[in-house]
Amino acid sequence: MSVNESLDAARDKLLQRAAPDRTEFEDLVIVPLFAFAVALILGAVTMLATGVDLATIGRSYVALLVGSVGSVNALSETLVAAIPLVLAGLGLALGFRAGLFNIGAEGQILMGGLAAVIFGFTFSALPFVILMPLSLLAGALTGAFYAGIAGWLRAATGAHEVISTIMLNLISYRLLDYMLSLPWVQREGRADPVSRSVPDAAELPRLLEWLDPNLRLHAGVFVMLLAVAFVYWLLFRTKLGFEFRASGASPDAARYAGMHASLIIVIAMATAGALAGLAGANQVLGVLGRATPGFSAGIGFDAIAVALLGRSHPIGVLFAGLLFGALQAGGRQMQVDAGVGIDLIGIIQALVIVFIAAPLLVRAIFPWGFRNRQKGTHQ
Amino acid sequence: MDVELKAITKRFGAVVANKDVTLQVRAGEVLGLLGENGAGKSTLMNVLCGLYRPDEGQIVINGTPVQFTNPGDAIAAGIGMVHQHFMLVPVFTVAENVVLGVEPVGRLNHLDLKTASAKVREISARYGLTVDPDALIETLPVGVQQRVEIIKVLFRSADVLILDEPTAVLTPQEVEDFFGIVRSLRDAGKAIIFITHKLNEILEIADRISVLRAGRIVGESDPATATKADLAEVMVGRPVHFEVDRSGAAPGDAMLVIKDLTVLRDDNTIAVDNVSLTVRGGEVLGIAGVQGNGQSALIQAITGLMPAARGTIRFLGQDITHASVRARHKLGLAHIPEDRQRMGLIPDFTVAENMVLDSYYDPRYARGPQVQWDAVNQWAATAAAAFDVRTTSVFAKAGHLSGGNQQKLIVARELSRDTKAVIAAQPTRGLDVGSIEYIHSRLMAARAEGDAVLIMSSELDEILALSDRIVVMFKGRIVAEFDANVEKPEKSQIGLAMAGVAA
Ligand SMILES: Nc1ncnc2c1ncn2[C@@H]1O[C@H](COP(=O)(O)OP(=O)(O)O)[C@@H](O)[C@H]1O
Ligand SMILES: [Mg+2]
Repeated sequence: MSVNESLDAARDKLLQRAAPDRTEFEDLVIVPLFAFAVALILGAVTMLATGVDLATIGRSYVALLVGSVGSVNALSETLVAAIPLVLAGLGLALGFRAGLFNIGAEGQILMGGLAAVIFGFTFSALPFVILMPLSLLAGALTGAFYAGIAGWLRAATGAHEVISTIMLNLISYRLLDYMLSLPWVQREGRADPVSRSVPDAAELPRLLEWLDPNLRLHAGVFVMLLAVAFVYWLLFRTKLGFEFRASGASPDAARYAGMHASLIIVIAMATAGALAGLAGANQVLGVLGRATPGFSAGIGFDAIAVALLGRSHPIGVLFAGLLFGALQAGGRQMQVDAGVGIDLIGIIQALVIVFIAAPLLVRAIFPWGFRNRQKGTHQ
Repeated sequence: MDVELKAITKRFGAVVANKDVTLQVRAGEVLGLLGENGAGKSTLMNVLCGLYRPDEGQIVINGTPVQFTNPGDAIAAGIGMVHQHFMLVPVFTVAENVVLGVEPVGRLNHLDLKTASAKVREISARYGLTVDPDALIETLPVGVQQRVEIIKVLFRSADVLILDEPTAVLTPQEVEDFFGIVRSLRDAGKAIIFITHKLNEILEIADRISVLRAGRIVGESDPATATKADLAEVMVGRPVHFEVDRSGAAPGDAMLVIKDLTVLRDDNTIAVDNVSLTVRGGEVLGIAGVQGNGQSALIQAITGLMPAARGTIRFLGQDITHASVRARHKLGLAHIPEDRQRMGLIPDFTVAENMVLDSYYDPRYARGPQVQWDAVNQWAATAAAAFDVRTTSVFAKAGHLSGGNQQKLIVARELSRDTKAVIAAQPTRGLDVGSIEYIHSRLMAARAEGDAVLIMSSELDEILALSDRIVVMFKGRIVAEFDANVEKPEKSQIGLAMAGVAA
């Protein structure tokens, strides 16, 4: 065999992908499943501790299931709740990949949503095919700009994005209140801070009205799916995504490789903000139809959990967002059927995160779910 | 205390890390355990110190077979190990770290740090370790941290000390001090197992040498009579060439010209002080110096990672003093960085991703905004095969490769494109002889192609072996220059210059 042939053979061998690692599978699938199970069990324990009897606990978990996936309406509600969580979660995940811990999705949602509403009613004369996409775009751009401020502060002055995004959140609440009381934003004849309504031509159309006019599922679900595909493409298929991931994994190596750290920070923040802004626009154009104080309702914070639960991977974020959406939708049913407070859902969500963040704990509780690993580390 | 390992076999799944290994060590001697990366040295010692259970074979102490189920058992039996990677709490003091897990307690269970400090001071004085018990770990240099690890083991009354590649993290000066400590431990009657893949060191410190290759003992030898070449051949399994062939020096035009360069550190102190240098095509310029004398800053300024405060850098006739890292890269400047784990590659990324870390944007790998991963993978596989990077596949994480293979990956990435100059900082630090030989041959190949090659190394032997010309840096300045092609400089001459004694 000539040297060239043996090199070729070696080369071909190197191109073979190893079978998916068992540990990877365990981390991605089994840990989250068990974490969810433990969270449900501990949720039940919490209810027991607060004097709820077993029958009610059983009823509430049945309600949780029925309310999230038990009917067309339940599925529709689950999706409606999941859309903004996934969108904002994607942005946060992208930031995490680039090494940015962005707490500001809440503010970016508010600003993006407000911009979408204002754009919608200002250009209400435009036809649907133009107005609706442009309103979404207005939301995305505003979110991008708002997050870009934090990115720019970080790049130019070193101000940490955790602090600056928290501050920008606080500013956004008050800015929204203020804007809602401006005469050209506030609905005519109202004294309370409510914006004018989104015109029909700017609304994300409902998808299942032909089935039942109460089904709220709207076209935002397509926006969500497109965004998942886009973020996947961006992160793993593009030069920019490679730069994001390199900067996040090792800023020194990224600098060595000639990547432009400050530019990457600003772009990553702005992209994350665009996704959060899109989440806000989806809420106002698809569900709420107007902007009111604090209409984001904590979605931006839940989205942090979604991004973490989804391991900052677009597909993971999609599933995590769907799970959180299901908990939200099911939680409402739980409250109605069993009279258990919606706060319990918050507890369950938090417990899921705690256990996801502590995979070793989950492994210790459920040793049989995992293949035994050789003790000691590889050196 | 005499310890014997009898016919030890240890497997990890399909990998046989140790096969039928028999080894003894006696009180008052240093046993050198020599082997390449991956030979199974750490595994064998982890068996001895109770971290792993052997699949076959047994451990015999003073004639009695023993079984360890955890490190605690081994420590109780008097066997202590200083691991390759330190296990210290950075925000604790030396004394706190030493007593961690075996804290002396006074009445009402309160932590008796006074006694701990006193004991640490006593141990430190007895073996010449000079460690301040009250210093915070994070403020200590690596060399001192290592002594803390040794004190930890001694504090637990160990009679057998296992030192796993202790010199890998030390500078040459620290190595000398460290050998003094090892000798004083031996003279105090301790049995010491000294693990390394460095031939010079084992010949200097060991009383007896055992060589491990691919998990088996392949030879024993007496350091008084063994030569480096013999040992290397046993260790690697084939003859190794230490002499680099530097014949046919054909220096061409000046390619890299540095004039009056001054570089400041972050705190505005001077790192590089008014340095002028010229590297011509087809020649190797070696920069010698004790670490921390400005060599790293000089290299970072040349590669664009640190700004020049004054002076100019010209490359191929262009002024690149203020050019970006990428612009320099595109001009054909290859950089093998000093810190491969932190800067040279991203451990979490795959081999393929690391292969294009600084060229992913090139039209060969990218179209429009997209990276053509198929093209990248193909090329990465070709380069990995050509540069002998041993990995299961190009999709494996770079962090899973051994140090030598990580460095070969970086060398493959930097040298397999069309380069005009190669800047290599510590190109072979911590590597085994096989990898060193290989990387040296690649650097010489770059020289033969007419590249300007600049090498910075704290290993004087490496500088001497590779360089056509040698400059010595001291406190940011160039204090001596030698032309090896005119007359080979003496090691002592360079050593004096490194210590700041003007040549
Ligand atoms: N925990 C482990 N799991 C699987 N394989 C291992 C583990 N530890 C070591 N190995 C393998 O055993 C062999 C010997 O490794 P090691 O003892 O670390 O070598 P050395 O210390 O001589 O460099 C290598 O092939 C390594 O990949
Ligand atoms: Mg080892």
